[in-house]
Amino acid sequence: MEFKDYYEVMGIKRDASQEEVKRAYRKLARKFHPDVSREADAEARFKELGEAYEVLRDPEKRAAYDQLGTSWKTGQDFDPPPGWDEGFEFSGGGFTDDATAYSDFFSSLFGRDFRPAGGRRAHAGFDARGEDHHARVLIDLEDAYRGATRSITLRTPEIDSQGHVYTRERTLNVKIPKGVRQGQRIRLSGQGSPGMGKAQAGDLYLEIAFKPHPLFRVEGRDVYLDLPVTPWEAALGATVNVPTPAGTVDLKIPPGTRSGRKLRLKGRGIPAGSPGDLYVIPQITVPAADSDKAKALYRKMEQELAYNPRSKLGV
Amino acid sequence: MNETILSGVLLDDNTELSLNDLCHACAQQAEWVIELVEEGVLEPIGEDSGQWRFTAINLQRARTAMRLQRDLGINLPGIALVLDLMEEIETLRVYSGRPNT
Repeated sequence: MEFKDYYEVMGIKRDASQEEVKRAYRKLARKFHPDVSREADAEARFKELGEAYEVLRDPEKRAAYDQLGTSWKTGQDFDPPPGWDEGFEFSGGGFTDDATAYSDFFSSLFGRDFRPAGGRRAHAGFDARGEDHHARVLIDLEDAYRGATRSITLRTPEIDSQGHVYTRERTLNVKIPKGVRQGQRIRLSGQGSPGMGKAQAGDLYLEIAFKPHPLFRVEGRDVYLDLPVTPWEAALGATVNVPTPAGTVDLKIPPGTRSGRKLRLKGRGIPAGSPGDLYVIPQITVPAADSDKAKALYRKMEQELAYNPRSKLGV
Repeated sequence: MNETILSGVLLDDNTELSLNDLCHACAQQAEWVIELVEEGVLEPIGEDSGQWRFTAINLQRARTAMRLQRDLGINLPGIALVLDLMEEIETLRVYSGRPNT
């Protein structure tokens, strides 16, 4: 197990006040919150930050953590010294209910002695229906065109009859229907937490997310493709092969096409009741003048076309 | 391993959720959802809160609102603003050709 330096994670000194801990958390949380952040590793960073804050904001946990000493470095192999928390009295909130959400390092220090189900976990309503669960499933854009089956593994903390928490893994094979869009959810009734007594189980919500695609961009049900074209295809018009998530199609490039103009392939976006469109955006690319022949052709165009692309700029 | 293939319900634009569904999916009380409606974050169909129906996009917004409130301590007017701005950024990102980066 690797040691985690929570002060380093939060970018604060070991003698930071509780107020400074809170300020540092808020600032970094805004930076790395997965809902708002565009940092590539936002989710991992936010989780790590949450764990650090869970320890440092709680004076009891912080004091216990501090007495591990200052010689540990992040990533160093770590085992809690026997009796490391001796003399620390964790009042009610000392241990953390859902320590399975945190690292092994955290769990080994603060994740024992769980209180039995109920307490904080009991949810808001008065019924005893099981909690709803949420998970995200990553699919390829092509799956949205064809439909697919995805196998997903969920790790759920559960509490056994002795009141100990353990992580239960279960694998579900789920049908992804054709026509799903980014951010949509699939509801699987009864696949959440079991209900209490005779009450029904909660539901499982699967949020659809697309893996980034090397060619296509997706907005809602519309799909965008940048299509390189030659200057003569753009100027004279042409029929070219265009990839779509459902296979190659022919596209007519009208004469006089400019870069960035949107050419619509109606109904070739994500299929649904009312299917989206596929927008092809021509990008004119010029051949390199890397041979005498090519240079001669460019010079000929220069002499014979009398073209000034900057005339509107007044130069 | 369980080999059964589960088929769920796709929550698309035609799916409607009740106030109770929404509360349960966000592990929140009805009062919280009602406040989000008053703030204009969620837009139910129907007059009376007992009859409210929510389209699926409201679930997405409510879940985001819940996380922003829990993790960043943002109040409801702040959440409403953040959600609007995030939507605008998303649109701009698509038009600028650099989504998901």
